[in-house]
Amino acid sequence: MRYIRPLSIEDAVGQLAGSAGTAAILAGGSDLLVRMKGGFVEPDLIVDIKAIEGLSEIRETADGFSIGAAVPCAVLGESAALKKAWPGVVEAAKLIGSKQVQGRCTITGNLCNASPAADSVPALVAAGARASVVGPAGRRTIPVESVPTGPGKTSLAKGEIIEAILLDKRPPRSGDAYLRFIPRTEMDIAVVSAGVNLTLDESGVVIAARVAIGAAAPTVLLVEEAAQVLIGSKLDEAALERLAKVCSGACRPIDDKRGTVEFRRKVAGVLAKRAATSAYARAGGK
Amino acid sequence: MNFDPRFSGRKFTSVGTRPIRPDGVDKVTGRARYGADFNMAGQLVGRVLRSPHAHAKIRKIDTSKAEKLPGVKAVITAADLPDLTDGDAAMYDVLDNCMARGKALYDGHAVAAVAAVDARTARQALKLIEVDYELLPHVTDVDEAMKHSAPLINDAIFTEGLEEKPVKPSNVTKRSQFGHGDVHQGFGHADFIVERSFKTEQTHQGYIEPHACVASVSSDGTADLWVCTQGHFVYRQHCAQLLGMEASKLRVTSSEIGGGFGGKTHVWAEPVALALSRKAGRPVKLVMTRDEVFRASGPTSATSVDVRIGARKDGTITAAEATLRYSCGPYAGSWAEIGAMTAFACYRLDNVKTVGYEVLVNRPKTAAYRAPSAPMAAFAVESAVDELAKEVGMDPVEFRIRNAAQEGTRSSYGPVYGPIGIGPTLEAAKSHPHMKAPLGKNQGRGMACGFWFNFGGQTCTDLNIGMDGSVSLAVGTVDVGGSRASLSLVAAEELGIAYEQVKAIVADTSSLGYNDMTDGSRGTFSSSMATISAARNAIKILRERAAQMWDISVDDVVWENGHAIAKGEKHGNLGRLSLKEIAVASGKTGGPIAGHSELVADGAGVSFATHICDIEVDPETGATRVLRYTVVQDAGKAVHPTYVEGQYQGGAAQGIGWALNEEYIYGKDGRLQNPGFLDYRIPVCSDLPMIDTQILEIPNPNHPYGVRGVGETSIVPPLAAIANAVSNAAGVRMTHIPMSPPRILAAIEAKRAG
Repeated sequence: MRYIRPLSIEDAVGQLAGSAGTAAILAGGSDLLVRMKGGFVEPDLIVDIKAIEGLSEIRETADGFSIGAAVPCAVLGESAALKKAWPGVVEAAKLIGSKQVQGRCTITGNLCNASPAADSVPALVAAGARASVVGPAGRRTIPVESVPTGPGKTSLAKGEIIEAILLDKRPPRSGDAYLRFIPRTEMDIAVVSAGVNLTLDESGVVIAARVAIGAAAPTVLLVEEAAQVLIGSKLDEAALERLAKVCSGACRPIDDKRGTVEFRRKVAGVLAKRAATSAYARAGGK
Repeated sequence: MNFDPRFSGRKFTSVGTRPIRPDGVDKVTGRARYGADFNMAGQLVGRVLRSPHAHAKIRKIDTSKAEKLPGVKAVITAADLPDLTDGDAAMYDVLDNCMARGKALYDGHAVAAVAAVDARTARQALKLIEVDYELLPHVTDVDEAMKHSAPLINDAIFTEGLEEKPVKPSNVTKRSQFGHGDVHQGFGHADFIVERSFKTEQTHQGYIEPHACVASVSSDGTADLWVCTQGHFVYRQHCAQLLGMEASKLRVTSSEIGGGFGGKTHVWAEPVALALSRKAGRPVKLVMTRDEVFRASGPTSATSVDVRIGARKDGTITAAEATLRYSCGPYAGSWAEIGAMTAFACYRLDNVKTVGYEVLVNRPKTAAYRAPSAPMAAFAVESAVDELAKEVGMDPVEFRIRNAAQEGTRSSYGPVYGPIGIGPTLEAAKSHPHMKAPLGKNQGRGMACGFWFNFGGQTCTDLNIGMDGSVSLAVGTVDVGGSRASLSLVAAEELGIAYEQVKAIVADTSSLGYNDMTDGSRGTFSSSMATISAARNAIKILRERAAQMWDISVDDVVWENGHAIAKGEKHGNLGRLSLKEIAVASGKTGGPIAGHSELVADGAGVSFATHICDIEVDPETGATRVLRYTVVQDAGKAVHPTYVEGQYQGGAAQGIGWALNEEYIYGKDGRLQNPGFLDYRIPVCSDLPMIDTQILEIPNPNHPYGVRGVGETSIVPPLAAIANAVSNAAGVRMTHIPMSPPRILAAIEAKRAG
């Protein structure tokens, strides 16, 4: 097993692209180290990206925010500007694992671990976040929902690294929210989850919406129909009921140790309603 | 030695105070040594290969490739642990459970083990062991296993306890029955009858520290074992028997223990580590992973219980009946029998009958878990009692008070009670402010009672007085709940000295006579009795030495408040002699001063508790939140009240986890799906409210200070108290533990659908 700590993204990409055998990228290690300890993986090469310049920074740009791949989730909560613009993304990141884990784990890692139950991903999908990918063929920007392709699988090619997650600048009267269901109060994995992102007009009517459901299919679901239900409404009771129904219907869950099909369907709708209500209030809707 | 254990009603100076525990600083600074913190020169790493199958014949195990791997020093299978149990069926089961002999009986059953120079080599070696399995049909559910069509786990098992010996083998190893009166007649007098069936899933004790040991077998046949255990003397007996050693040649030292709850009363890894060390000729350290802890150690029974209780309009129970089916894992046990004994122990009943069935399943061997078997029986009975109170139209506390057992009541399992605490705990609960606190929307309150036998057992203790007057106390009961502090208080009380002058340790098996395990809530009960006896023996010598120093008759010397005092007018001019003064002079008066005791602590008083809890249920998701929780329990006498409260709170916390989320989940393939703390959900801190406690002290007449065991009873009422609260909050009777959100939501939806 070889461990390297490159100083540039180009070097990291080169090392990954040129490696024989299995390679793993290490940022916080909250997934990788656990898997290694459990004997599930034994990578031949570990590329620690924490020393790469810029990867541990949150940058505010003219277009919005660029969150470096090595920024721990706890740091997201310390950025007042990010918290104000994207409270739903930040609350999702701050639900991962425990306080200790949040001091290490990253939203890029959470995305690339490709678990359908990842907490930050539905919030990022609802937020319309994009991933900046660097690889042997150069840079490209892709929507975050195109990164995971199934449990534990991503669309990234050999040698590719996500260097940052990009979030847009917010139009006025916008708000987002994320909720998950766990049987405990913390330190748990979502049984089902929902992220909602809304923009309102001056009268409180929803003019843009994105709704994402987690842990209800092999990947996080972006539910277009749910967004259509909300657009044009003031989030009245009828709209919320339709939202719940659409979200429940969009789920393709499984029965497993964490919950049943019926439970996930029902609670996906409940969480979507509650997250939408919270996002609406954050956008200034009454 | 004429030790009088009767309650004396003395006034206490040290007992009942709350000093800092002697093991506290080491534990909070990380200096304390637990099972995995011990190392020896030349030590190897032991690892165990486990069956991935629920039920399989082992056709052949080929270890040759593993043995050839550089760094591997020993590979063992069942062949290296020959059967020396000599017809002892229970020990044969222990042996078979440590290392499968011919058949793997559950997912996680050990089939081979290696010792290698490092963990990586040991892991690689496990992969090189080839096991040829022939898969057999399996059964993991307790009700399924009782069906005639169920796969047979052991075809040599014929149900015991039936009137006629059965002609066919079965997965039911034993039927047991308890009770008195005529239930048929009793139900005839009832105006209301509640009849229901309940299920509880299998749970693990969930101790934070995994099983760990270091074994070192010398070429001269002697051996040392450092191990995390609740009973090092019992481990010594079992290991010596399984390995064909003389007990005295095996010295076992118990480490600090990060939780046991009954799960560390049983050997799993220790005989394997000793066998590996014997074969390798080097010390072997064996530490279970959490996955192994769940798959191969511990769990309690899964159960299925039918209850029927009848009462008259005035609230008097006329008859009570229960059938209890408990899973034992793949080996015979007496778990349902204990459940059948405890089920109705809280009540004064003219007509009562309980029947228990011990059921084999392809799951790990059932082990004791804090008041083993009682919580599930209490869940079923106390749920039905609550429902019956409603039918009768009585307050559930009043209904229980009306039917509570008293001194002189013949218990449902046979004996007649002495002074007991069920009535007082119910009265205390009734007048507790918690009972009157207002409830909000979607909130419900529940209460329930619980009983546990408690145990005394064999105990041996040494009390040594140093030349400077300080006292060291060596006990043989492992300290799982603060007993070193409690026993130091008892020694200080009896000798009349300060708590700080006493230092208690847990001695190894070569330093003391045999001690039973710390189980049955016996640690403080039995070892405090032995400490009092040892202190009294030391006081006798202290008086003799004082008499010698004064040159008077020992009959004229009494011991008061830590001093020898000369009695009688002719000694009026003699001052007092302190324990320290006598100790300092001991070299010239006959040498060291010590007190020893060996006894069987009989008369462990039975224990009762009543719990109250408030729960909020989210009707849209089935999520629950424990809002408030109160424990009322009889301690006899709380030696160190903080640790008594700790036991009350700990039992309640474990019961809350069991009631709401903890369960073994098996796939159709018979494999455990959730062998880790992520998906086996014990409560985290923020899941629990501050658990309020109220200690009642109804003295145990069979202990000098009135002490009763307190460790286990606190886990008996929670399943029922929480089920009653959830049922009240959700408006639907919950009959399946754990009441996880999917089960609660399904029950609410089913009720909505009518």
